[in-house]
Amino acid sequence: GRPILHGYFRSSCSWRVRIAFALKGVEYDQLPVNLIKDGGQQLTEEYKALNPMQQVPAVEIDGTTLSQSLAVIQYIDETRPGPRLLPADPKARAQVRMISDLIASGIQPLQNLYVIQKIGAEKMQWSQHFIDRGFQALEPILKQTAGKYCVGDEISMADICLVPQVYNAERFKVDVGKYPTIKRLNEALLEIEAFQVSHPSRQPDTPDDLRA
Amino acid sequence: MRLSLACLAKPILHGYFRSSCSWRVRIAFALKGVEYDQLPVNLIKDGGQQLTEEYKALNPMQQVPAVEIDGTTLSQSLAVIQYIDETRPGPRLLPADPKARAQVRMISDLIASGIQPLQNLYVIQKIGAEKMQWSQHFIDRGFQALEPILKQTAGKYCVGDEISMADICLVPQVYNAERFKVDVGKYPTIKRLNEALLEIEAFQVSHPSRQPDTPDDLRA
Repeated sequence: GRPILHGYFRSSCSWRVRIAFALKGVEYDQLPVNLIKDGGQQLTEEYKALNPMQQVPAVEIDGTTLSQSLAVIQYIDETRPGPRLLPADPKARAQVRMISDLIASGIQPLQNLYVIQKIGAEKMQWSQHFIDRGFQALEPILKQTAGKYCVGDEISMADICLVPQVYNAERFKVDVGKYPTIKRLNEALLEIEAFQVSHPSRQPDTPDDLRA
Repeated sequence: MRLSLACLAKPILHGYFRSSCSWRVRIAFALKGVEYDQLPVNLIKDGGQQLTEEYKALNPMQQVPAVEIDGTTLSQSLAVIQYIDETRPGPRLLPADPKARAQVRMISDLIASGIQPLQNLYVIQKIGAEKMQWSQHFIDRGFQALEPILKQTAGKYCVGDEISMADICLVPQVYNAERFKVDVGKYPTIKRLNEALLEIEAFQVSHPSRQPDTPDDLRA
């Protein structure tokens, strides 16, 4: 059967997986998990069986269920034909993973829904702080590694992580203009169909008022 | 054939004895039998040596570890570990089978994205007085998820019967759990795996109690 993505339109981690599927030309089904409604559908026993961490995304693929977006993306890359999502050169590949992990471990987990619900009233400043801190580090790294895209001139998992994180930054009113390389890369990537078709404004569960 | 001088030099690990992310890299080097040098970065002394301009040039995120290897500098422990795996001979740190490899990455990322960043030094300094409960909460939450996953994937080690990057991430996270007084006995699979792994030399020689910068009172 086709892969099934359990995700949320506005979840940056879910968007990463949607981009990867689109870049590889893999058709998949979506079973949306509304993180807000009913107290958060990710907290049901049913969803917990798919992903004990009770987060999105979870992906049913090839008879197994995987969570953690970068594990899913690399699995897709290693089992499906189409453009590579990580470069062939080991050093470039390490740079792609370094940039991806800076975002996926160093920024996003500090501003995801679960954490900001715990932080409470100061969540805007908290999130801005961690996004700015991460982008302040990412900007000089990308100045070194980037060509047309994050690492050289081929789209990679680093680009897949960058665009959703910029979207998050904008939601938290971070001024991305302070990071010219990030800004330039984000704009270039948003021109690409895989990043458009997977955009939060175009998903089955996008609310009408946010739909493109 | 010209050999690059950079490839002849030993890798240099900039880390801290008690940093779980640094320990992961030390384990990987040990499993692969790769000799390396250490330049310790004391995260507490002098307001935190990771905050110097000098260190920032190595890692703009101002965290440990950073690794100078083959003429380049890498940060993010899992990127370093996979680079070592892909460029050095010796036992695989990720399995050959793509599904098993995905499970190794899933477990590694659960720890490296879902637990550790919520209890690292920078964050708990921001949390302040409630840092113990905060850290315990996020470690317990992660272990509550990891336990049923490991019940499915584990054989002798986290994924099947071969040591992998998942094991490399698990042991330092259990060490952190114990430092924050989490009762790891609540997670029998995690406990069992941790005990088995601590018997292995690579996990012992890389242990926080045995590093060049281990303080005397914590030295094994």
